[in-house]
Amino acid sequence: MTWETMMGLEVHLQLATESKIFSGSSTQFGAPPNVQADAVDLGMPGMLPVLNEEAVRFAVKFGLGIGARIGRRSIFDRKNYFYPDLPKGYQISQFFSPIVCEGVFEVPMEDGSLLPIRITRAHLEEDAGKSVHDIFNQESGIDLNRAGTPLLEIVTEPDFRSAEQAVAYLKALHSLVTYLGISDGNMAEGSMRCDINISLRRTGSDVLGTRTEIKNVNSFRFVERAIHSEVERQSDILDSGGSITQETRLYDAERDETRSMRSKEVANDYRYFPEPDLLPIEIDEAYIDAVRASLPELPAAKRTRFVSEYELSDYDAALLVPDHATAAFFEEVVSLGGAAKPAANWILGDLSGALNRADLTIESSPVSAEALAGLIGRIEDGTLSSKLAKQVFDGLWQGEGATDEIIAKRGLKQVSDTGALAQLVDDVIAANPDQVAQYLAADEAKQKKLSGFFVGQIMKASQGQANPKLLNELLIKKLNDQS
Amino acid sequence: MSISQEDVEKVALLARLAIAPSDLPEVTERFGRVLQLVNELNTIDTEGVAPMSNPHDMVQRLRPDVVTGGDEREALMASAPQQDRGYFLVPKVID
Repeated sequence: MTWETMMGLEVHLQLATESKIFSGSSTQFGAPPNVQADAVDLGMPGMLPVLNEEAVRFAVKFGLGIGARIGRRSIFDRKNYFYPDLPKGYQISQFFSPIVCEGVFEVPMEDGSLLPIRITRAHLEEDAGKSVHDIFNQESGIDLNRAGTPLLEIVTEPDFRSAEQAVAYLKALHSLVTYLGISDGNMAEGSMRCDINISLRRTGSDVLGTRTEIKNVNSFRFVERAIHSEVERQSDILDSGGSITQETRLYDAERDETRSMRSKEVANDYRYFPEPDLLPIEIDEAYIDAVRASLPELPAAKRTRFVSEYELSDYDAALLVPDHATAAFFEEVVSLGGAAKPAANWILGDLSGALNRADLTIESSPVSAEALAGLIGRIEDGTLSSKLAKQVFDGLWQGEGATDEIIAKRGLKQVSDTGALAQLVDDVIAANPDQVAQYLAADEAKQKKLSGFFVGQIMKASQGQANPKLLNELLIKKLNDQS
Repeated sequence: MSISQEDVEKVALLARLAIAPSDLPEVTERFGRVLQLVNELNTIDTEGVAPMSNPHDMVQRLRPDVVTGGDEREALMASAPQQDRGYFLVPKVID
């Protein structure tokens, strides 16, 4: 039996506001427990929520970013459940009238195609606190610093058919929200958490199977692995004639398997009802226009522009654009005179390699955009061969100064002086009569191979500084002159 | 409108209320009477009336995104039955 995988994703995105959604507490990550939780966050009796205007603006930005309909009158509801990290006994969320309504998000796939994913809705809600189970023996510890952090929950239709599509969507979403500046998208710190709804159906059937939900997967890699393992589990059950139980599961990365969350076995019954402590939010055309006018250039538009304006390949543009800082770095290099194609190559090649090895982001790159532009300039004007350029890059990385200083200090100037090169070529030819004879006796294809020996010797003699193009021309001419 | 004992047990579980089995028949009976009263609202014709989410005919006022709170942990934890190293302690919960 073959099965088709049907998946929908729910992403909980922490919005990058300074203060919480309903209180004036800080949202900063990493503070000691409970120092950023006030009486509102703790759900003390009589406390009233007051909505943060920036959270509303961020939600509208997201909606406009994916071309979704904005809910003109959106309403908060209470989602009722008991858990120690939710002191009020309900989460303030939006159920009936979300702030962002249906839209379509076009996800760029690796092969260059666009995968349209239907967004069902995105709504504002408050995050819960954190339960800590491993510090205390008999009890669980509760830290409410995160309680009340604004979340945007982004829900899709079941439009994903593979793990690859799901991961591409998450990466594109990550890129979009960081461009919009509405979230830092830091998955390791929980700024972007993903729930995956998975069901299988017979290939060709239009009846949906029973689904399971995998909660709180927090890295691209784990999303991929969790999906693979859950699809395998479900198809094993179905193949052997069993049936799937609708339930919530957790992905255990250590064992690479999903398992049932027993504590949530009591069927979820959240008894949503309108939050009496908050009034409806009304959003008018003028507000939407103002937010729209504040939108930056978004990844899809930037990618198109990089291809048309800088004549980059779509492949290079697709690699440069997703990270906002990388795209900005590239444009800075170009604006400082660096040629576009080499700039893309250096950023995607040596620079990103070095940054990865040093575990640095491009914002803290030891090689500035200006330095890289200088280096590219010296390659373009023939001062540096690509081999020497790598040495200069190393010097830039080590902080040895600007390109010209490093060339002078390390003595890296490429020898493009025909007279000096000719001398080197003559010396090497004179010193290796046997190889010359061999070369002259060989056919053309073999000659090409044999000339490598001479190039190597001359490069060695020039300490790597001979201009390879000139050298080749001179060498072939002089070798042929020997016959 | 009547309500079954099973419904009452389920609602009690969701609300974390303990109802002694011997009290169930009476609670069910009284619960049903409350529902009956509320049910009378269903006789009102609400055709064309937008659902009301709040009795006040106003829209939400928003506050600027500014941090106004500081560390109030000590004061806010004073009434907690159990605490340690800055955490509120609760009976062990494991997923």
